[in-house]
Amino acid sequence: MAPEEICRLLKDKFEAIEDTVLEGGHAYAKVRSTDWPAVARFLRDDPRLGFNFLRCISAVDLLAEDKFACIYDLMSVSLDRPAELITTTQEFAVRVVTDRNAAVIPTVSDVWPAADWHEREVYDLMGVTFEGHPDLRRILCCDDWVGHPLRKDYEFPLEYEGIPATTEFELTNPRH
Amino acid sequence: MTQQTLESAPDVMVDLDRNAQGDLQTEEMLVNMGPQHPSTHGVLRVVLRTDGEMVLEAIPHVGYLHRCAEKIGENLQPYQYIPYTDRMDYLAGMNNNQGFALAVEKLCGLQVPPRGQAIRVIFSELNRVASHLVSLGTYGLDMGAFTPFLYCFREREMILDLFEAACGARLTYSYLTTGGAHDDLPEGWVDRCREFLDYFETKIIDYNNLLSFNHIFVKRTARVGVISAKDAVAWALTGPVLRGSGIRWDLRKIRPYDGYETYDFDVPIAEPGGSGEIPEEVVVGDCWSRYFVRVLEMTQSVRIIRQALDRLPPGDFRAPKSVGMKLPDDEVYVEVENPRGQLGFYVRGDGSAIPARVKARGPSFCNLSILTHICRNVLLADVPAIIGSIDVVMGEVDR
Repeated sequence: MAPEEICRLLKDKFEAIEDTVLEGGHAYAKVRSTDWPAVARFLRDDPRLGFNFLRCISAVDLLAEDKFACIYDLMSVSLDRPAELITTTQEFAVRVVTDRNAAVIPTVSDVWPAADWHEREVYDLMGVTFEGHPDLRRILCCDDWVGHPLRKDYEFPLEYEGIPATTEFELTNPRH
Repeated sequence: MTQQTLESAPDVMVDLDRNAQGDLQTEEMLVNMGPQHPSTHGVLRVVLRTDGEMVLEAIPHVGYLHRCAEKIGENLQPYQYIPYTDRMDYLAGMNNNQGFALAVEKLCGLQVPPRGQAIRVIFSELNRVASHLVSLGTYGLDMGAFTPFLYCFREREMILDLFEAACGARLTYSYLTTGGAHDDLPEGWVDRCREFLDYFETKIIDYNNLLSFNHIFVKRTARVGVISAKDAVAWALTGPVLRGSGIRWDLRKIRPYDGYETYDFDVPIAEPGGSGEIPEEVVVGDCWSRYFVRVLEMTQSVRIIRQALDRLPPGDFRAPKSVGMKLPDDEVYVEVENPRGQLGFYVRGDGSAIPARVKARGPSFCNLSILTHICRNVLLADVPAIIGSIDVVMGEVDR
């Protein structure tokens, strides 16, 4: 199914589709965050779509619009005759946007177990909270890290646990 | 024995008696495996909840090698970021270079000349062989077989020599870059590569005799850590781990890039019962299947490299004006088939020469996320077998 048809199918079924972008390098549908799990379930379970494979969740800080965007890249892997070479697949992407000062998106880790670690990563590095996630804690940074490093307004800490952290250009305390 | 302990003995007996009245349970214990454990292939820490020899739960803790690769990507031009991609999956630098370069080329509409594409295919397939050799060798080490490791590294050394001749580096190449390859092949390289392929093909039989069909190795890996096809897709596993679960899925066939559609090669999966050589203990999706897919893939890579060497077209190896270009206000998500699975790059431009966002989907990161699910009620000795069969590179998990 072409991205246009998938978008039309989703628009007929859900009011939650806010926008669709089909031109450019990456076609996607913009979904309202509160309805995202229902749309996700439909994308996975509908036999015409069958998006059973969550490839990636990429979070983007849209500082100028005061928003965060999460882009979910999906794929379908046919399990009917797996031993034969699979030559076709469908691709689609969904964008869920949330406010910067109250960044909450419902989790889809119960729809795609692969989302578990991706959502933890987005939470860790971008500071988006995934409501309903079974184990939402930092994954790449250490547990006591302050702030979310991939935010555009993130300020690099000058010290961590008593260790001075200087940047190349601002050597506040040169030691060698 | 002193008098004192003899006197205290009756108390101990009372305690034992009280325990025997309830269910016979041993004490649960948390065992910290890693981050410096030799069989965790890098700085991976797994906390195991054990009951005797049984592992009830395994919880991986990652992040020890986090180097803010994505943040760095937002501060450099794409061609300057290529060396950082080397350091993600440091056993497959060429494939990482190729993945990021393809994403940037798609964003900018850059066309790679045919010679550049053929060079990319040759080097990414050579790197796939080198990466699988490390995987095979270290997996043997995990299972207590030291000798195959030396054989694998002997051949890997030759591939690294070929890489060194072409780009001067042996691990972090930055050779495949935006627009094609950084340099042309040196004189005599094609013949050297052919010589190596002739030599290498005979060695795959050695690996099978030494390790694949070794009775002890099969006993340690067959029917261990079984991942069903359904689970493999649900957890978004890719690469040899997905194919080890019996799904014949390869991005080079489904979404061909750099001209893969013009090469003739098979996508191997481990099929028990299908061919006579596979041990009968093996079931689809176990550790042995994942291991054996890698062995079979090396033969296919050799096939692809031979075709690419035969047809290597003359001409440019890199597109003109492939450095310092402005990135349009658009976004792309591009995946390539790495030795460990699908490596994805999400790149977003904003009109300047520096990307607004670079996100890497590491195949090891996704493959490792299933560990808790498959390490339930397994033997302690099976945990290294399972981790080794997933073949993680922590540089890419943590980025």
